[in-house]
Amino acid sequence: MGKLGTITRRSFLVASVAVAGGVAFGVYKIRQPVPNPLTPQDGTALNAFLVIDADGITVVSGRADMGQGAQTTLAAMVAEELDVPWQSVKIAHGPASAAYYNGALLESAVGGFDYERAAWRRSLGAALGQVGKLFGTQITGGSTSMRDGWGKMRHAGASAREALKLAAAERLNEPVETLRTQDGSVIARDGTSLTYAELAEAAARVDPPQVDPRPRSDWRLLGTALPRPDIPAKSTGTANYGIDTRLQGMKFATIRMSPRLGGAMLRFDPAPALAIEGVERVIDLGTGIAVIARNTWLAFQGAQAAQIDWGPAPYPATSAEIDTALVAGFDTDPDITGRDDGDADGPHSGTVIEAEYRLPFLAHATMEPMNATALFTGDALDLWSPSQAPIGQRDAVAAAVGLPSAAVTVHTTMMGGGFGRRIEYDYSVLAARVAQAMPGTPVQVTWSREEDMTHDFYRPAAIARLRGVVNDGQAVVMDARLSTPGLLDPLLRRWVGVSPPVGDSTIIEGLADQPYAIPNYRMRGHAVDLGVPVGFWRSVGSSYNGFVHESFIDELAHAAGRDPIAFRLDLARPKSAAAAGVLDAVREMSGWDGDKPVGTGRGVAMTWSFGTPVAQVVEVRDEGGAIRIARAWVACDTGVVLDPGILSAQMAGGLIFGLSAAVHGQITFGDGMVEQLNFPDTDVLRMSGAPQIETRLLEANPHLGGGGEPGTPPAAAALANALFDLTGIRARSLPLDRQFSFVL
Amino acid sequence: MTTHLTINGSPRSTDAPGDVPLLWVLRDEIGLTGTKYGCGVAACGACTVHIDGEAVRSCQIALADVWGPVTTIEGLGTPAALHPLQDAWIRHQVAQCGYCQSGQIMQAAALLATTPTPTDADIDSAMAGNLCRCGTYGRIRAAIHDAAAVMAEGA
Repeated sequence: MGKLGTITRRSFLVASVAVAGGVAFGVYKIRQPVPNPLTPQDGTALNAFLVIDADGITVVSGRADMGQGAQTTLAAMVAEELDVPWQSVKIAHGPASAAYYNGALLESAVGGFDYERAAWRRSLGAALGQVGKLFGTQITGGSTSMRDGWGKMRHAGASAREALKLAAAERLNEPVETLRTQDGSVIARDGTSLTYAELAEAAARVDPPQVDPRPRSDWRLLGTALPRPDIPAKSTGTANYGIDTRLQGMKFATIRMSPRLGGAMLRFDPAPALAIEGVERVIDLGTGIAVIARNTWLAFQGAQAAQIDWGPAPYPATSAEIDTALVAGFDTDPDITGRDDGDADGPHSGTVIEAEYRLPFLAHATMEPMNATALFTGDALDLWSPSQAPIGQRDAVAAAVGLPSAAVTVHTTMMGGGFGRRIEYDYSVLAARVAQAMPGTPVQVTWSREEDMTHDFYRPAAIARLRGVVNDGQAVVMDARLSTPGLLDPLLRRWVGVSPPVGDSTIIEGLADQPYAIPNYRMRGHAVDLGVPVGFWRSVGSSYNGFVHESFIDELAHAAGRDPIAFRLDLARPKSAAAAGVLDAVREMSGWDGDKPVGTGRGVAMTWSFGTPVAQVVEVRDEGGAIRIARAWVACDTGVVLDPGILSAQMAGGLIFGLSAAVHGQITFGDGMVEQLNFPDTDVLRMSGAPQIETRLLEANPHLGGGGEPGTPPAAAALANALFDLTGIRARSLPLDRQFSFVL
Repeated sequence: MTTHLTINGSPRSTDAPGDVPLLWVLRDEIGLTGTKYGCGVAACGACTVHIDGEAVRSCQIALADVWGPVTTIEGLGTPAALHPLQDAWIRHQVAQCGYCQSGQIMQAAALLATTPTPTDADIDSAMAGNLCRCGTYGRIRAAIHDAAAVMAEGA
């Protein structure tokens, strides 16, 4: 993974032969390629995604790996076309560059429900996705890496292979049709073999042919569980995360910002910090302080020792006041109506069910706390940052220190988890500002876990009110309203300074876009501007709406006297075979229709998110008054399974992430301050409390779906529905450990 | 004051203050970054190392209190000479983000040293202090069983 440094820091030599970047596809002017950012010293950049040198090939990923394994499969897409041994493939994260725009992220913003999106609409989305190139949306998020890479990376590999063959044809004076590729070489009829490394420079001068990727029937790498190149280093303590960045003469630092998020610093006294042996300097950041020390722990001690008076919070100071504000949101006109089928208000005979659900704010709590390392030299700044959005980081950091973006070089490091937290750039901006105060000296700014947990951009809290009618065993009405801070408005104001021109669809995603044929089906959202910092948290709106929708569907099923899976299948089959398929799968896997063991309860949930339907069955067991989350079955349908090992790990991991939040997760406020400081205050599932998990990966979905997030949304509902099955108690607020005693 | 330590079999010395936790001596003073900071309060296990063969949370052990030779993930095995647990971790493709795995492996190594053929319950009990946010628990358990079998064969 060290290749990045070689590519970006020592750049000359082959700039003249580097072809214009990437693979141009699409239909409009936007198809014009962006410049290739790669100018490696050793080796040749065949396009923005591929460097060939004497040691083999390096696939350059525009997407970060925060553990989800995306880089492995993106590299496999290139290698599949290129005929190179998997063991010889290296991976590097590319520089901040528009060449690595994420088209799929914008494509997913096209209106309509994903489960029924027609081909023409996807084409429109793909065209819109090209706009990502203009905006430079180099973001790893939205479960889009596979969907974005699917076209680009396979084309990049195929195009490079054909360019290498053309170079060989010229060198050997043989017709290109007679050449084949194998194990990193072009081979002629007579057995003459030229390695890619020998051909790379000539190949880079060839106008790269546009050829179709290979059909699935020819795949050797894709579709198999490949060994991840990053795992040996991660198993031997030799992987370098952002926090492991070590530079000559580097100082260690931390920051302490207002515990009332966004509040003012009224006054501070650095003397108690400076009295600590090993603390070297305290820097006034205006809204907080940075402490420089000989090591990170001493910086932590200094930051705590400094005497600081903080101003009030710019939002309601307690969770009770926040809840009151969210409840008041229901008295306003809806900001968005995501769905309005039939007539939800009309007179409908049957049994009426009404319920209110409440979900808390949540922290991301990545295992690696926020950190970044920066070196400011007056007219340039280098940033080493574990980041999901390098271009955004570059531009924000440049603005913060008064440099043009071109003067900032971003080195994207390995990440100890992201989950959406590292799409933000606050931690890099603070590191850059600290570096600016000490020109010429590299400085690593690491947040304490407490600072990390109390200065997050939280998953929004939400309150949902629902009304349903069932009659003759069928759902007749489902009418939901959600009150929540929303995401897009605060986020776009924070990132680009404007409000979105349309309603905030994140409020009702996972609620309004579900593949259920309910005749009178209405989903509305109320956005409440609280001022609490909120952000993308693995699966975004679906993280709360999965719980709301699938808990209430369960309530409707029970009120209708129906089996919860059969009830859902009746609703899903008319809308989506893929959605019905995942429900059928977990029904079979869990032995749902057989006898349950005594003292156990089972619950089901299904959510369609990020292009992928996921169904889960969770089984809980009463162990002498404490409840064990014993087993879980997960079925997903991503259309194509590109790597069954990685996808299965994402599904199991997504489930555990959702269960952790459901059981323990909450962020509450008192006196304007977050009340959870560290893991003991808002814990996550440990091995002893996590279920045994079985996954099944289906391929009936007509479109490629995402993998990183869809495993999370159904988890809380599947668990709550299982608890209802076991105890008869319907859990309508999270976290569940306030209401149930778990084996942990 | 200079403190002398034995780390991964080699003598090391540092003039860091005696109250600095071993974790930060390893990471920031000596430059062994394989041991990770996760919480600083012994709640996550990411900083697990061995002192005299015992698994400890290095964020809680002051430099002045280190009572024996220290083994970190870098000393357990190397990419060229893997410990059986590291080999099993790779074969089972355990890591996702990988940030917690140094601590997981060191905790598992201490378990196998005292309990060569652990049951699931033994593993749950020993590993309950080690958090993983990616949810790799199932593969961790499988890799520990696998390594235990390999080590038993080699014994």
